[in-house]
Amino acid sequence: MKSMTKVLSMMCAGLLMASVFAGCGGEKKAGDTIKVGADIELTGGSASYGKSAQNAIKLAFDQVNAKGGVLGKKMELVVADNKSEAAEATNAMQKLIAQDKVVAVIGPNLSSAVIASTAVNTGAKVLVISPMGTNPNVTVDKDGKTKDFMFRACFIDPFQGTVMAAFAKDTLKAKKVAILIDNSSDYSKGLAQFFETAFVKNGGTVVAKESYLQKDTDFKATLTKIKANNPDMIYVPGYYQEVGMIVKQAREMGLTVPMAGGDGWDSAKLPEIAGKSALNKTFFSSLYSAEDKSELNKNFVAEYKKAYNETPDVFAALAYDSAMLIVNSIKTANSADSVKIKDALAKTAGFNGVAGSVTFDPQHNPVKSAFIIEYKDGAQAFNTKINP
Amino acid sequence: MNSIKKHDLATLGACAVLFAIVQTLLFVDFIGPFWELNIILILINVILSVSLNLINGYTGQFSIGHAGFLAVGAYTGAIVTVKLGLPFELALVVGTLCSALLGFLIGLPTLRLNGDYLAIATLGLGEIIRICILNIEYVGGASGLMGIPRFTTFAWAFWITVFIIFVIKNFKNSAPGRCCLAIRENEIAAETMGIDTTKYKVMAFTIGAGFAGTAGVLFAHYFYIAHPASFTFMRSFDILTMVVLGGLGSMTGAITGAVLLTAISAVLAEYPEWRMVIYSLTLIILMINRPQGLFGSKELSLKMFRLGGSNSGRATESK
Amino acid sequence: MDMGSFAQQFAQQLINGISLGSIYALIALGYTMIYGIIKLINFAHGDIYMLGAYMGFVATTMLGLSFVPALIFAMVAAGIAGIIIERVAYRPMRNAPRIAILITAIGVSFFLEYGMILIATPQPRTFPAIFEASVFNFYGLIVNSQQILILVISLVLMAGLTYIVNHTKVGKAMRAVSFDADAARLMGIDIDKIISMTFALGSSLAAAAGVLVGVYYNSIDPLMGMMPGLKAFIAAVLGGIGIIPGAMLGGVIMGIVEAMVSGFFSSTFRDAASFVILILILLYRPSGILGKNIKEKV
Repeated sequence: MKSMTKVLSMMCAGLLMASVFAGCGGEKKAGDTIKVGADIELTGGSASYGKSAQNAIKLAFDQVNAKGGVLGKKMELVVADNKSEAAEATNAMQKLIAQDKVVAVIGPNLSSAVIASTAVNTGAKVLVISPMGTNPNVTVDKDGKTKDFMFRACFIDPFQGTVMAAFAKDTLKAKKVAILIDNSSDYSKGLAQFFETAFVKNGGTVVAKESYLQKDTDFKATLTKIKANNPDMIYVPGYYQEVGMIVKQAREMGLTVPMAGGDGWDSAKLPEIAGKSALNKTFFSSLYSAEDKSELNKNFVAEYKKAYNETPDVFAALAYDSAMLIVNSIKTANSADSVKIKDALAKTAGFNGVAGSVTFDPQHNPVKSAFIIEYKDGAQAFNTKINP
Repeated sequence: MNSIKKHDLATLGACAVLFAIVQTLLFVDFIGPFWELNIILILINVILSVSLNLINGYTGQFSIGHAGFLAVGAYTGAIVTVKLGLPFELALVVGTLCSALLGFLIGLPTLRLNGDYLAIATLGLGEIIRICILNIEYVGGASGLMGIPRFTTFAWAFWITVFIIFVIKNFKNSAPGRCCLAIRENEIAAETMGIDTTKYKVMAFTIGAGFAGTAGVLFAHYFYIAHPASFTFMRSFDILTMVVLGGLGSMTGAITGAVLLTAISAVLAEYPEWRMVIYSLTLIILMINRPQGLFGSKELSLKMFRLGGSNSGRATESK
Repeated sequence: MDMGSFAQQFAQQLINGISLGSIYALIALGYTMIYGIIKLINFAHGDIYMLGAYMGFVATTMLGLSFVPALIFAMVAAGIAGIIIERVAYRPMRNAPRIAILITAIGVSFFLEYGMILIATPQPRTFPAIFEASVFNFYGLIVNSQQILILVISLVLMAGLTYIVNHTKVGKAMRAVSFDADAARLMGIDIDKIISMTFALGSSLAAAAGVLVGVYYNSIDPLMGMMPGLKAFIAAVLGGIGIIPGAMLGGVIMGIVEAMVSGFFSSTFRDAASFVILILILLYRPSGILGKNIKEKV
């Protein structure tokens, strides 16, 4: 019984503690920086994607600040870790907007996290641009209406899946396809779904549909099962860490048919994991290639390597473009007001990014061409460019 | 008897005052949305640690799969509001009951195990639950259940927390509660005394699981989404740390642990990579130097401040 | 599927399962030895496996060693790490309540994982190609030379361990301590040294598994030890915790079951299947396949 009173005191103490923090965190003078937030995955299962994004955004802002900043002020990056969890993403978004008072937010990468935190940033009228959120619902709600403050820097799943389906049928002449899905990723599931719909519509058949989970390392059992179905091609729309092992093990099992995937394949680590010869006869659709010879990209790759000692992957490239898009919008709007930045961003057309040119369509999705890239002896070779 | 009733009413009154203060502050926006989020998170964590304390602290069963019950509550509650369009109150009830049912079904066979094995079994079960959810398309699978309306408010969270604390406190002081404490102290002796250990272990487990489910419903309806990645072993570990930090077997300890760790987590948000390292180091050092946690199994009481120390007058509950 | 191709699938999955199982067996041996000697489920054991993989990575990339020296380097390094962990985190807890030790073990596990993330970043690392794998084809069954290597090395290490435990004085001491620590102390055995020795041995086996995995699958990351660690523990329990041949048996069974579930059912349930096995074993035969049921005396 006596414990109850003290229980109350504990709760009071807790709240007091909280208010102390509030006092500390409270009044921040409007400085001479423009704050942009990054709500990204720095711990948890998707930590490597968030780290790439963080590196890239930092690089972007450092470059901009070295040239004098924007509107006479320096760009300041405030990072919040969403621990690869949707609920934490909302928490991080809340903190960035309410505490740090950012004018725009880059991220999260995971579609479910972006969608979860939408209510927060929309209510506060701060735009969010997700570098890799590919689920169509990120920018469009259930009734097809565009969400005003939501943008993305990447494709949407339907486009990529359809592109590869057409490539499979027309170029690879595949009639029977096996699909191997990453069941823990809605990106992978979305791509697979759109691929299958398009492929079947064009007259092909899907002879096997298997799945795996992220962080799996042994795929022999599943590949054995796929092999028994004799596909002409295997579609693996997953992320490079598992795809590398899948391709390697598939070749070791004697599966020599072409394999294909989406932009999740894009990483310099892929040939390291899979081995150069294993990657022959593999293709993936992408909106970015570190091998792309444009001036802008070559500079980006060089600077990224210098700063972080590794080649940028697609997460880095898209985060970089997201950061630069925001900088560009601030310049165009001539203001650091979050609503004006949002309006300027929505009107962006022909912006030159490292991952290609960006023009936003009415759904706040960038209209971009897809590249089909082929691996030849471990090096990426451009195969086809497909326009939307 | 009268003094007890008076005490309870006084406590209730104090709660009401506290509630009124915070609610007004929220209303006039003195406490902004960021702090509201953290306060509600603290309350949810309090429910979780208090319910885990019932299982681990009072009954001495080592359960480290609590996140599984949290998940079940979150998802079933969300199904009620999102898929079936029924009111929030019903979601709370359904979430609690489903988790409790699962706790009962799981508890019955596995509570035969002791110590270490029970720990691994519950860990495994937590993971099985999560993997199953990951593979069920109806609740969104790997994308999670989205579009959950925000029904949880400070008022809901606060009063449910107070309610649960009251229920557990009363459980502890009742006959079944004393059976649980006996089981914790020495299971074989309790068995010899005629206590049906399985029945009480399962009872504690079911109640603990049920309340974890309630916390799950509150959680899902505040963060707009229920996603499998929020219910991993890490989450179970967080809750376990709160209970152990505060003191296994102490309600005050569980609450303190929850408040402290949520606050530390918020502060460490600036240094995400260091958070887990600091957490684990703290835990190791704490376990080596003070394995009973901050409060041991004692509760904080006003008697501490009485002249002559805590041993004068009535004996306080202590180990 | 006709009988012929079913048999072929089955045989292929069996091969996959055995190589997977050898890895689990190596890790399970460490679990079972440590449990046998101080009755502790060393949650951090899976992370020693991860540590071993990273040591192997360091050995091959930064020190430029070839396979066998790198393996030995990793095993020694992990052995030392095991001894340090035991000294720092577990020895002070010898007389603490079980729950406290378990929590310490969980704490050490997370410390190793997130510490490694801090040091090595969460990005996965790839092993340089130390060995080109050649693929053998027996009547349509594919066997990789690396799989054979894993099996051979595992067998060699297990044989070595069995020899140490059964035919050396140190091994005798270990068995004595695991049977009755107080009596062993009375017999003049230095408990602390023996326990450290056990940790060192168990950890080096786990590290060997880590290096083999790094070479075979080619990719390592700081969180790679979690799942295999849990599954290896299940393997140890399955075979009979505290019993060395049990760990080997359990490991191989776990590997085969996992391959069968992935191959014939669905790969996404493979982890769940492992846990289901655990629950079943704990409910129906808690002492494990090779274990003896010891009644607790009051």
